[in-house]
Amino acid sequence: MPAVVAREGFRLVRFENVGLRYGMGAEILKDITFAIEPQSFQFLTGPSGAGKTTLLRLILLSLRPTRGLISLFGRDALSLDKATITDLRRRIGVVFQDFRLLDHLTTYENVALPLRVRGKEEASYRAEVTELLGWVGLGERMHILPPVLSGGEKQRAVIARALIVRPELLLADEPTGNVDPSLARRLLRLFTELHKSGTSVVIATHDLGLMDQFDGARRLVLGDGRLHIFD
Amino acid sequence: MSIFTGAWRERSERRLEARRDIRPDMALVPASSIAGRALVTVIAIMTFLASITAGAAILIAEASHGWQDQVAREMTIQIRPTVGRDIEADAGKAVAIAQKMRGVASVRPYTKSQSEALLQPWLGAGLDLSELPVPRLIVIALDPAERLDVGALRRTLAESIPGSSIDDHRLWLERLAIMARTVVLIAAVIFALVLTAMILAVAFATRGAMAGNREIIEILHFVGAADDFISRQFQRHFFRLGLRGGAIGGGLALAAFIAAAALSSWWRATPGGDQVEVMFGDFSLGLNVYAAILLIAAGIALVTAFVSRVIVFRHLRDLN
Repeated sequence: MPAVVAREGFRLVRFENVGLRYGMGAEILKDITFAIEPQSFQFLTGPSGAGKTTLLRLILLSLRPTRGLISLFGRDALSLDKATITDLRRRIGVVFQDFRLLDHLTTYENVALPLRVRGKEEASYRAEVTELLGWVGLGERMHILPPVLSGGEKQRAVIARALIVRPELLLADEPTGNVDPSLARRLLRLFTELHKSGTSVVIATHDLGLMDQFDGARRLVLGDGRLHIFD
Repeated sequence: MSIFTGAWRERSERRLEARRDIRPDMALVPASSIAGRALVTVIAIMTFLASITAGAAILIAEASHGWQDQVAREMTIQIRPTVGRDIEADAGKAVAIAQKMRGVASVRPYTKSQSEALLQPWLGAGLDLSELPVPRLIVIALDPAERLDVGALRRTLAESIPGSSIDDHRLWLERLAIMARTVVLIAAVIFALVLTAMILAVAFATRGAMAGNREIIEILHFVGAADDFISRQFQRHFFRLGLRGGAIGGGLALAAFIAAAALSSWWRATPGGDQVEVMFGDFSLGLNVYAAILLIAAGIALVTAFVSRVIVFRHLRDLN
């Protein structure tokens, strides 16, 4: 189970008046203010190019805002050193829209990567990785290199890689963008199960059908660089 | 977590037992690339040059020590022909004086014909040298166990035989020492240049690899890899390349020395071969040459790994 400290007022992520611009251009995100609670489930939506991926990158601290405050797991994210940023990232699972699998590693090795970078011995996680791969339907494809996998298989491999560390927060960028509707439903079930087990989930999508399948989710809607929240 | 249930675990473990193709140490930086092969080639060439330089310096230094030892173990008494004196009698007297001195192992006078034969390479054969004032030489072999009082010998000879002189080869020794030092210095300079060129090549290759693997670095960061872990991956990658290049270059250098030794023994009977042997020895590879080549190959691999680590750390710092 994720080690979420569900103390009063604790937020996994908190943005206050965050703005972002590239160079001297116009602000692409303006006055973004929101929080992600422990054990919450939300969709981040908006038209293509609205800045959903950029917002996820800000949460991941791979981009720095031009203004505003970001706090991550109760820490002021903009004044953290490298080691602390690494520690915080280890509490977040990420599903990239473009998969980002290492093509020279097998499915198994890709899924085990977050554990390997933490210095764990292969024998200590072998069974767990294999089990998870079976659970996402890749049990027979674990020794296959990503270029041979289909889009849906890659997507499931990326999701398995994000889940293997049982993150406190899962960020998924268009996780169903490359799969058929039936697999999309299976993946959403996977996310909801993960949510039930205590992980906060943020799914960036513009798939209204997907969002309608989960009524209880909060919706964060990006438009014109601003964020509108529908609880 | 409810998704990790026992049935799956059992089946998974069985499947894993059946498959042995898990690679726990699979490199995270792709091993083979055109840039990697080019770097291996550069490192092999650099190692080869460095090994040849070091090996040649060792061989020349050893040969030079050999000459110095040989020269230092001998002295020469020279008796110039003087009007009114019997050079043969003077030579005999000088031999007697030398034999009486402590620290002299043996005395070998050159006869008139032997002395004239020494001039043959310069004046040619078949000349009548009887009219020329050819000096007589007496070679004294020194006893390494006892020190010869050269001053006393020089004084005695000067008093007894006018026109005699002693050549203790000091000039030669100094020149040989200077030559040996110069060779070693040149080798050190070449070695430093080769090392600098190799460090620059590795630095550029590392930067290239970092740029080429930017996405891998980003993925590693997102899945929670610390900079130290990432730099270790690149360091390992470049250490392997360095080791491969070092082994190829060192192996080629070793082969070159062995080939040179074979050629030298083949030429030994010829005048040219004799000259080469006098200058460089017989190319026989001692343990120190093997050790030097091994050290250079290993050292270059380590330097490659270290340089890449420094560059990766800088790159990651800039990236952040």
